[in-house]
Amino acid sequence: MNIVNFTPVSATLGGMVIGLAVAIFFLFNGRLVGISGIAANALTEKNNKLDNILFLLGLVIGPIFYRLFIKNEISITISNSFSLLILAGLLVGIGTRVSGGCTSGHGISGIGRFSLRSIVATITFMIVGIITVFIKNFI
Amino acid sequence: MNRLVSLISGIIFGAGLVISEMINPDKVLGFLDLFGNWDPSLAFVMIGALVVSSPLFHIIKNKEKPLSAEKFNYSNSKNINNRLIIGSVLFGTGWGLSGLCPGPAITSLALLNIYSATFVVAMFVGFYLVKFFNLDNRI
Repeated sequence: MNIVNFTPVSATLGGMVIGLAVAIFFLFNGRLVGISGIAANALTEKNNKLDNILFLLGLVIGPIFYRLFIKNEISITISNSFSLLILAGLLVGIGTRVSGGCTSGHGISGIGRFSLRSIVATITFMIVGIITVFIKNFI
Repeated sequence: MNRLVSLISGIIFGAGLVISEMINPDKVLGFLDLFGNWDPSLAFVMIGALVVSSPLFHIIKNKEKPLSAEKFNYSNSKNINNRLIIGSVLFGTGWGLSGLCPGPAITSLALLNIYSATFVVAMFVGFYLVKFFNLDNRI
């Protein structure tokens, strides 16, 4: 194992900003943020539809605000083929609904309220993610 | 009020994903590449988020009700069942293949990146399939 590209300061700071968003949403709206739940419910449920859509809209506005106030470039690298991205998207969409959460819902909101269920889910998807990357790098 | 809070929470969450660079799938894949070139940043994002959100959650949940909703509304399920594990395995596989999970994928739509948009469409198809075939109750 080599440690590379490690950015502990921006990671912790960004994480704290994410935690603040979760706390504000809970304080005012009484709901815990889980992006897969918010996104799926925005698509399929009538309850809180507008709230869910507005939250998702906010996510997309986030980087635009960042660019306005902090003049840094935002760069992302995706080196996968379209077919692999479609397969991955389907797996993430189906998997998060079947398990009831993703990195935010289980990993932050669930662990934050000390839910054993969410701790088990988070450990499972992290181990499987690590194995998947290991196999992918091997092939 | 709750509508505005939904939008603002989304914006803050999205900004946090940019600041922490979790919007970049390469950063996430670096974290999952534990046995290769490991980038521990994602762990620090989660710690940062939990340090802020977890204490606030435990304080806020004791309030009589949220500031702009009738009552607190979050899952308190304790079931560790097949659904939780199978869903987490499917999600972890898609996450490891792409480096994308729901929050960063939706947030990166702001960058008008055709690859992340493809992933998001497939993910929403996945959400819909679970709802349409009632998969979460069948597993």
